[in-house]
This record gives sequence, C-alpha cells and structure tokens, in this order.
Amino acid sequence: MEELNLKLKIWRQPGPNQKGDFVAYKVNGLNTHMSFLEMLDVLNEQLVNLGQDPVAFDHDCREGICGMCSMVINGKPHGPQKGTTTCQLHMRHFNNGDTITIEPWRAKPFPVLKDLIVDRSSFDRIIQAGGYVSVNTGSAPDGNSIPIGKEIAEDAFDAAACIGCGACVAACKNASASLFVSAKVSQLALLPQGQPEREERVVKMVSKMDEEGFGHCTNTGACEAECPKEISLEYIRKLNWEYHRSNIKG
Amino acid sequence: MKTYFTSTLFRKTLASLSGVFLVLFLAGHLAGNLQLFIPGEAGQKQFNEYAFFMTTNPVVNLLSIITYSAIILHVLLTFYLTIQSRNARPVKYAVSSGTTNSSWASNNMAVLGTLLLIFLVIHLRSFWYEMHFGSIEKDIWGKKDLYTVTVSAFHELWYVSIYVISMVVLGLHLKHGLESAFQTLGFRTRKYSSSIKAITTGLVLLIPITFASIPIFIYIKNI
Repeated sequence: MEELNLKLKIWRQPGPNQKGDFVAYKVNGLNTHMSFLEMLDVLNEQLVNLGQDPVAFDHDCREGICGMCSMVINGKPHGPQKGTTTCQLHMRHFNNGDTITIEPWRAKPFPVLKDLIVDRSSFDRIIQAGGYVSVNTGSAPDGNSIPIGKEIAEDAFDAAACIGCGACVAACKNASASLFVSAKVSQLALLPQGQPEREERVVKMVSKMDEEGFGHCTNTGACEAECPKEISLEYIRKLNWEYHRSNIKG
Repeated sequence: MKTYFTSTLFRKTLASLSGVFLVLFLAGHLAGNLQLFIPGEAGQKQFNEYAFFMTTNPVVNLLSIITYSAIILHVLLTFYLTIQSRNARPVKYAVSSGTTNSSWASNNMAVLGTLLLIFLVIHLRSFWYEMHFGSIEKDIWGKKDLYTVTVSAFHELWYVSIYVISMVVLGLHLKHGLESAFQTLGFRTRKYSSSIKAITTGLVLLIPITFASIPIFIYIKNI
C-alpha cells in the first residue's frame, strides 16, 4: 500500500483573543485510506508522545452528518473534495510530499477558541431567534395526513440537509451566513407546518444574522461550491424573497 | 417592518434597484449615442439637437436628477456594505481559494466599480461639464456643437483606449451585477433563472460592445 509523507502548516492559538501563528509539522508513513481527521489523530499521537500540546480540532460523528468538523484546508473549507465534510475527506486525495495548510474558519462571529476550534454559537442564536414552530400536541398524527407535493417535499428536504457546519461563512469573501440562514428559513417556509410563524421567523432570523456581525451576500456562489451538503443558492434567493414579502406584508 | 429599512438586506435591495435603474439609463444613453453613426452634417445637426433637448427638457432634467441620485446611492451603499463585510473577517486566510469556487468578476466588484467611477469622472468632465459649463462653440443651426467636441475626443487614440477599456470593465461589472440583482430581489427562481441568464448575458454583451463600437468607428473613419 502506498504511504504518504506530508508537511503540515497548522494554525496554533492557545486560547481566545490570544496571538496565534502557523506551526510546521511532519507526518510520515500515513495510510491513504485514512480520513483527514485520522491523519490529525496520528499527528496528535506524535505530539502527545513528545509531551507537546495536541492540535485542538472539532469533530464528533465522523460520518459526515453532524457538522462539527471545521477547518480550511489549503484555502478550502472541508478541503478539496466537493460535497464532503473534513471527516469524509480521505488522504488518497493528497500526494506524497504535499504541504497542507490548515486554518480555522475565519469570521468575526466565529471567534477562535483554540487552534482550529471556533465558537459557532452565533448560529445557535440565529436558530433561537427564529422562535418556536406551532405543533399540535396529543397523540401522534397519522402519517401523510398533511398532503405535501413531492416537489415541495424534496425542496424542503434539500434545504434541511444543511448541517450548520459554517463552511458557507468560511468560504464567503464577506463571511456571510446567508446560505445557512436561507436553508433554515426555507425548510420551514416551504412546508405547511412552518406557515403559522413564517413571516416573523424570517424577519427575526435575518435581524439576528445582522446583529451577530456576518457580512452580506454578494452572490459569488462560493458557499454553494464549498458546502459539504451542496445547499443551493436558490435558497438565498428564497430567503431574500421571504424577507421582502414578510416585511411588506407586515 | 421597523427593522426592514435598517437591515443589510434592504440596503442590498436598494443597491440592486439603483444598479438595475442605471442599466436602464445606459440603454437609453446608448440609444442616443447611436446618432453618432449618422455621417456628415446631418449627423451633426441631429446630435446637437438631441443634446439640446436632453439638457433643456424638464422631464429629462428630472430623470437626470434621479440618475445622479442613483449613482450616488449605489456608490455609497456598496461602499458601506463592502466595509461592513471587510469587518466581518478581521483575520484573513493565509491560503486563499481564489477563483476556484466563484467568478473573478464577482470577487472584484468593488475594484471594477471604482474603475467605472474614475471613468465616469473623466467622461463627465469631457462632455457633461463642457455642455453645461464649458464654452462650446455654436453650430450653423445655433445649437451648442457637442457633436464636434465628441468627435474630436474620439480622434485621440488615448481617449478611445480609455473608453474601450472602461467598456470592458463595465461588461465585467454588469456580468455579475445584473444577474446578482435578480437574485437579491428574489426573482431568480429556478423557473426563470435560465431566461434571466439569457437576458442579462445578452444585455451585458450588447451594451458595452455597442458603446465601444462608436469611438472605434469614429477613430477608424478619421485615419
């Protein structure tokens, strides 16, 4: 089996609001079937054995569905492979002798906590600002009791595929959260269950997005290109429409 | 509603609406400029009468004020939004993904817009200022001879070069800007996106190319 020897340049920052810098590392004898996170595990084992502080990075499910892993690899959020999270990026996509630069998400509303870990609770606050969704309590409703067209269901489901990882913000030259907010607004605005609070939800979420200090959307399409769940720019179009509509409707 | 007018999205909406209005203005301006293709004295008479009408008609004057306002609004809003976005990323990336995930024009709208603003200053100084405040000689029909001022300017290679380069810049700015406006306003749905793409691409090619063809035509005719 082919083995990889890599040079890494990793952003190291001891804590929030502290000065950080890139540190160079070498990892040798890597298995090409490893995921990118497993490669970092190997590096961290080396560091621990040397008595050094391991590189802090976010990760949880390692199945590509939780949205925790977050790092910019050679200028690209989640690395060079399209439609994948960092944990699903495998080392076979790199060549022996490559130098890989790894940075945290860069945005004012995503402050660095340590090394590659950023605080993404600004996303949680946007979701919270959206408020509740009215549901009838009592016994579980029968399946398919609310008729929803196939196309609408698919559209809502595509929006709901957003895992809230923040790659859109990381990729955007303006650090805009529009793709994330648009996915969250659209998944509910498209479905009958989301109708009762449809107008106030979008207004509150967009206001919160502004308040958190994200940049504005200039429709470059970088977010769509880098999104591991390939959320479409169509949802940003929908977000804009929903926002105008809700404000005009009052 | 109270948060609407102070929201970033509303500011973006105004930037798009003012941009779309300016594209309509460009289409009108271009239609007028086509008269420069008319050869000889007939062209001179026609163009100078047109210039007289455009500077004296009250409706046109009102439209002019709206146009100047749209330019100022567009510049101020986009400047403000650009600064706001710069602040959203205080620490830059060491490695940039560049244009691997988005078009060059979409990443350089501020640069393209600034170049257009510089061109606008030169352009207004050459023609608008001369027409309103300069000492233009009268033609034989008693109208200010803007035709001769324009044609003389287009006999200069440096002036024609600046004009043509600026039209390339305009094309790039509109290439992203016009389609982007439909997205911001919320009209670019899946159903209409291909038609919007076709219309905007057509306009983006037609407007700058036709504008640029006039000074090129006049320059070549004079060689």
